[in-house]
Amino acid sequence: MIERFVLSGTGGQGVITAAIILAESALHHTGFHAVQTQVYGPEARGGSARSDVIIADREILFPKVLEPNVLVCLSQMAYDRYCSLVRPGGVVITDPHYVKRWQHASSRHVEVPLHDTAMRELGSTQAINICLLGALVRLIPIVPLDGVREVVSHRFPERFREANSAALDLGAGLVKESVTTF
Amino acid sequence: MAVTDYLRKRFMPHIWCPGCGHGIIMRALLSAVEKLGLDKNDIVMASGIGCSARMLGYVDAHTMHTLHGRALAFATGVKMARPDLTVVVPMGDGDALAIGGNHFIHAARRNIDMTAIVMNNSTYGMTGGQYSPTTGCGEYGTTAPYGTVVQPFDTVELASAAGASFIARTTTYHAREMARILADAIRHPGFSVVEVLTQCPTYYGRKNAKGDAVEMMEGFRDCAVPVGPLDDSGHATVTIDPEAVDAPIPIGVFRKEVRAEYCDAYRRQVIEPAEAAAAASAAASAAAGGEQ
Amino acid sequence: MSTAGQTERSRVQFLQGNEVCAEAALYAGMRYFAGYPITPSTEIAERLAERLPQVGGSFMQMEDEIGSICAVIGASLAGTKSMTATSGPGFSLMQEAIGYAVMAEIPCVIVDVQRGGPSTGLPTHASQGDVMQVRYGTHGDHSIVCLTASNHQDLFGIVVDAFNFSEVFRTPAVVLIDEVVGHMREAVRVPEPGELDLTERLLTDVPRDVDYHPYAPREDDRLPMSNFGGVHRYNVTGLVHDMWGFPSEKPKIVNDLIHHLYLKLENRKQMLTRWREWSLDDAEIVLISYGSSARSARHIMENRRSVGVPIGMIELQTLWPFPSEMIRTKCRHAEYIVVVEMNMGQIVHEVKRAVDRPERVFLSNRVDGEMITPTDIKHLIRVIQGKGV
Repeated sequence: MIERFVLSGTGGQGVITAAIILAESALHHTGFHAVQTQVYGPEARGGSARSDVIIADREILFPKVLEPNVLVCLSQMAYDRYCSLVRPGGVVITDPHYVKRWQHASSRHVEVPLHDTAMRELGSTQAINICLLGALVRLIPIVPLDGVREVVSHRFPERFREANSAALDLGAGLVKESVTTF
Repeated sequence: MAVTDYLRKRFMPHIWCPGCGHGIIMRALLSAVEKLGLDKNDIVMASGIGCSARMLGYVDAHTMHTLHGRALAFATGVKMARPDLTVVVPMGDGDALAIGGNHFIHAARRNIDMTAIVMNNSTYGMTGGQYSPTTGCGEYGTTAPYGTVVQPFDTVELASAAGASFIARTTTYHAREMARILADAIRHPGFSVVEVLTQCPTYYGRKNAKGDAVEMMEGFRDCAVPVGPLDDSGHATVTIDPEAVDAPIPIGVFRKEVRAEYCDAYRRQVIEPAEAAAAASAAASAAAGGEQ
Repeated sequence: MSTAGQTERSRVQFLQGNEVCAEAALYAGMRYFAGYPITPSTEIAERLAERLPQVGGSFMQMEDEIGSICAVIGASLAGTKSMTATSGPGFSLMQEAIGYAVMAEIPCVIVDVQRGGPSTGLPTHASQGDVMQVRYGTHGDHSIVCLTASNHQDLFGIVVDAFNFSEVFRTPAVVLIDEVVGHMREAVRVPEPGELDLTERLLTDVPRDVDYHPYAPREDDRLPMSNFGGVHRYNVTGLVHDMWGFPSEKPKIVNDLIHHLYLKLENRKQMLTRWREWSLDDAEIVLISYGSSARSARHIMENRRSVGVPIGMIELQTLWPFPSEMIRTKCRHAEYIVVVEMNMGQIVHEVKRAVDRPERVFLSNRVDGEMITPTDIKHLIRVIQGKGV
């Protein structure tokens, strides 16, 4: 088993933090190996953000993802740039608020309305990356949701614990069933 | 203990030229150290490169002859490892103000407890008399055969702007006062700068027709103007009558103020709270582990 | 969860390579760090700014990289294990002071997280272009210790080794990693206290008031030290010096010192060499790699093995002094040797010097800032075998 994720979007959305939490959750709450890398640009905010995560049942040597099984795009620029990299049988996850999709026959496309739901239920998109994690592990059930919850609770200050837990459930609630990526 | 007890006589004779003022500075420093009654094992001296830097080979302390301009950075590491030691850094004018200028201003800004002695002879003596950051505009050196075209640094002004908390200037003519100032500087808990104007008859004096060593020292005597006493904030007033002296040299203690010293401030603001928080966190997780 | 389980869980951490360097240095007993921010090494400084005071140590942000390495050398001379971390441009600035630590024989550790060069180059991209700079970057004849690793568990041990070697041989030791390893996150198990051996400084047993010769090596080339502030006062200098540390230009003293500085390391490769190897017994093709490139090399080695290609691999963890004897012996029967590195060819020349029949040695490289891929290496192997790409 090897699952290759690319999480992409705009700097400041928190996709890199989401990638780190996904990989760390896999490490602590599954028997799998996990590696996370990211592409660095000079901007701290704005610009594009991309992080790669590999989760596998064996030692991970080459740490970069050239062809993801799972691609998450929270910006049009990221979608346009990375969509064609997805392996046949893979899945592309986008938020219709950010991404206008175009056809790509060999992969499946799942739209999750993270932005609009977060604005409606939480009043801001500050925790959109945590919502994304909830949706992502419901869709690709490689890591238990409560495992992610535990890692999130350790990663942020105590005062955010409840809000993050709610954001995680909010995201998970947006996905009805899981998909397989092979 | 006698002053000569602080010397490494094994490594004499020294390398300085006849008439060089550096020996006078070493004598004044040893007098200050002797007056303060410092234990030789508690003294660290770090120097850079140049004639000034060779002083510490002759001093029976922990001595570190380092890289050109970098002595203050080496000394900073020593002080951080052993804040209890007395650190003295003799430097030349090129060492302190040209290649080491960055370390000089940042050591001053940090106010780390050490004494920088800027032995200013207005030239690079060891390499044969090139112009330095303190060579006067229009003066000569082997790399300024037509005279320099830039203004010299004023060491006192520079140290003051950078935030040194003890600043003084003296000359090799004022040897006894120099010993008193150096003792005061070493005792001061912060970054101390003592500029000592010293003669290099071999290069600077010869190139600029300043006469022999004695004449150069007489020049220091005639141009020196003592600064006023320190006010309540630790600052001295400099009053110069331009009619009285041609090319006056203000001497004395310009500043002596008490400010947070770096090692002390780092311990109080950073180490102590961080250690306490880490200990509390370890105790909490041990307690939580015990309950389960 | 049991207490033991919880402890074990907190021992396994998901860290960047840079953070591993910081944690391993603390484990080794490092208590003074001076540095200057530079991508891609900055996370080392950031973590130590927080962690060092928690264990009673000091972090210091200096005015530049020159000041950083000088402060580190000063603190070490006064008895504190010390380290700095930087990347190419800062490493270039440190070269003069590294030579001082070589000459004055003061232990210290420098982490260089390589980025693309020359000059400002590619601050956030992968490269292994500093290998020769570690060896020859400071002027004058000398030898130096340089260690590297491709994964975080090995990296932890290698950083501890660097501190140990630096103390044993009183030399600067360089931990040379690259952007990929520095920024990548993966699991690392922080060893229990006492699990890894730590070498403490060899202090002189010469009593107070007895003439101590700080620079008179023992027969094993080691120099028992007296820390600044101790009972022995002596002179330390970057000039050629005699056994008291006092400057000397006598030809015999110069000759002995240069030989000592060079041979104390070059004669002890057996102790200094760290490496890993896979499937060398029947290997017709041997890959030699290090750092993040070794991850791609091992990936393709295992992939080719699985389809019956007789291929093996050596991952170098000690780059300097170069383990030429080990390479010569292990590559004796190889038909082809492929050195995988992200530069225009640096270790490949050392391998060519080490082996007989150097025409067997090929370079698989990549210098565009992207990490070399297993496919890049596979293509070269196929070309060598005459199979095309």
